[in-house]
Amino acid sequence: MSDARARKDDVSESAGWIIVGGTVIDRTGERRADVAIEPGGTVAAVGADLDLAALGLADATRLDATGCIVAPGLVDIHTHLREPGREEAETVETGSRAAALGGYTAVVAMPNTEPTIDSVAIVRQVLDAGVAAGLCDVRSSAAITMDRAGTTLTPMAELADLGVRIFTDDGCGVQDDRLMRRALEYASGLTVPVVLAQHCEVEALSEGGHMHEGEWSSRLGIPGIPAEAEELMVFRDIALSRLTGMRVHFQHLSTAGAVALVREAKAKGLPVTAEATPHHFTLTHAEVASYDPVFKVNPPLRTAEDVAAVKAGLADGTIDAIATDHAPHTADVKEAPFDIAPCGMLGLETALALGITELVEPGVLTMRELLALMSWNPAAIAGIADVHGRDIAPGAPAHLVVFDPAAEWTVDPSQFASKSDNTPYRGRVVRGKVRHTLLCGVPMVHDGKATR
Amino acid sequence: MSRLVTNPRHGELRNLLSIADLGPDVAAGIGEVMTLTDSFVEVSERTIPKVPALRGRTVVSLFFEDSTRTRLSFETAAKRLSADTMNFSVSTSSVKKGESLRDTIETIEAMGVDAIVVRHSSAGVPLQIARWAQSAVINAGDGWHEHPTQALLDCYTIRQRFGDLAGRRIAIVGDIRHSRVARSDVAAFTALGAEVTLVAPPTLLPPSLEGWPVKVSHDLDEMLPELDVCYLLRMQRERMTEALIPSLREYVARYGLDAARADRLPEHALIMHPGPMNRGVEINAEVADRPNTVIIDQVRNGVAVRMAVLFLLLGSGTGWGGEVEG
Repeated sequence: MSDARARKDDVSESAGWIIVGGTVIDRTGERRADVAIEPGGTVAAVGADLDLAALGLADATRLDATGCIVAPGLVDIHTHLREPGREEAETVETGSRAAALGGYTAVVAMPNTEPTIDSVAIVRQVLDAGVAAGLCDVRSSAAITMDRAGTTLTPMAELADLGVRIFTDDGCGVQDDRLMRRALEYASGLTVPVVLAQHCEVEALSEGGHMHEGEWSSRLGIPGIPAEAEELMVFRDIALSRLTGMRVHFQHLSTAGAVALVREAKAKGLPVTAEATPHHFTLTHAEVASYDPVFKVNPPLRTAEDVAAVKAGLADGTIDAIATDHAPHTADVKEAPFDIAPCGMLGLETALALGITELVEPGVLTMRELLALMSWNPAAIAGIADVHGRDIAPGAPAHLVVFDPAAEWTVDPSQFASKSDNTPYRGRVVRGKVRHTLLCGVPMVHDGKATR
Repeated sequence: MSRLVTNPRHGELRNLLSIADLGPDVAAGIGEVMTLTDSFVEVSERTIPKVPALRGRTVVSLFFEDSTRTRLSFETAAKRLSADTMNFSVSTSSVKKGESLRDTIETIEAMGVDAIVVRHSSAGVPLQIARWAQSAVINAGDGWHEHPTQALLDCYTIRQRFGDLAGRRIAIVGDIRHSRVARSDVAAFTALGAEVTLVAPPTLLPPSLEGWPVKVSHDLDEMLPELDVCYLLRMQRERMTEALIPSLREYVARYGLDAARADRLPEHALIMHPGPMNRGVEINAEVADRPNTVIIDQVRNGVAVRMAVLFLLLGSGTGWGGEVEG
């Protein structure tokens, strides 16, 4: 796949690259080192005072990383690219560019497109669009049930053969207990390891709700979604994981109760993993007081106690990954009344900065823990750890991000590469800015600008 | 003695979206509306109940949800102030079909209006509109959220009988959960010092009452002898299909104000209802016509209160030319 991506253009016609002056952080630790990259797109050498001539890279181009961190490229296991079907909100290309600008070298596209990603044809369409855009390694998830309707299983074996490693009905959870059990059992027999990822929401409890049920929904007169709607399905799927022995991945955990259930399941040794979004560790339901649908998201923004629990879960390893749930919507649909507007907010271009501003700077996580949650952990969940999130060492594919953790900037959606501008962080001052993103050794982002 | 009516909040109060908009001192804000309402009640009693206060101004009613009473009340109020009125009726379904709220507002404003009176089935729409609109926006009821002019006319009606609301015991009975009237009334009544108790089965209360300065009771009978005001809310039939109550019969048996319950109220106690009433459900037919049942007063005061609100938002600071007895 990587060959297909290394298209020839200005930046790739190079005699290699040398990333100079940064601090390398990967799973193995942290050190001051330069990183030399071969024209073929693999890491040639890592260290201080590299002898470029000896490496055959005497003509390598310098990429300045002064004051920056050099890390394995970020991996988002929860991205809505909207193609096919909602190309007015985002396409694989615009979403890939947003991803690259956010420091991501791989994203997993969610299947709630129109039509649903539940067939070989649509998976191919998404993968091909990713290759054509050539900005980011676009992987595709696929639905658990046909058309995400919750009644029959998708051709999982066929889809897995195409490289699908995450199955999910994201946007809704699989409501039927027996069907979910069968899906897990069936998936356990595939020739490649896959994971079923659940959007946890019991619809009988959430139906008609538009925000977290509690103090603010009561005051604002907006029908609520109780935390228990999420927690009941987390509870059920932990039970089904125990019953089937299959891995289950929990998407966008948002409640203290859900975090506690996952923590307990892990303590018992069950093969469960979980992700949380930047908005669930940054924002609370009090934001909805503006009635601005830019704050409408599913699962909804919760209480300050839930935000604290999500942060604690990220810190103690209960939550394995930060995933953006990047969900672009055009301005006109987001200007509808709150209860009519669709759910979702942008995430790719702000996730790293929010991780640094909300988690690293206040001391919730170290920088290496943040990078684990945003790079090598999600790479492992998505089954792409052989390519992404790898230690920065000779021979590894040069999927890298270089970012300045101290650079302060103000979120301005007019500067985003995404086709949509539904960010809840407009005007917010954050720290941490991507300087370069390299895919297969080629800068997709150079000095903060997309190269294509 | 006569005096000139002037707008004490000239250029200061831009919109009325919720009772809190009358703050930071909500009680003082309500007091201003009450004082102005006194003047407009007097105007309403004249042979020709019309003053030139808002001549040349245009008020549009934008009702996305049917409401003949509230719309008529606002239009009457605007006309008595000599404003021009326009009526823009939109069905909520056409918005759901993709008609943009913002386009609607821009279209209306292009015609040149000074105030938009909005009713919508979705909470928060007046606030969203106020972010886009240049004209003053008045909330005439949004979903389950607020209905501030209803609360103001309720305050005025109670004040008319009792002088003020301080220390008065008020029970709001019925479907609080789905009631914009209840949310505005709680804010207004408590700001004026009344003690408010919400009386309803737990399923008809909001999921959380954190931050609400109210008491809660599930027993109307225990409340009755101590009440100054018994405020009944409309009970909608679809609440049964949502399993919020077992049956209308059971609701009426426990929370309906029948003659026996009305008899247990103190002699001075008022019976109120925002209308339209379900006679025989939340209120017994005979009780609805008792002397202390002030439902018609509420409707009558509604016009004067809305005149006061329109004048506060659009009136000049130098008086409207007509003097009133004061």
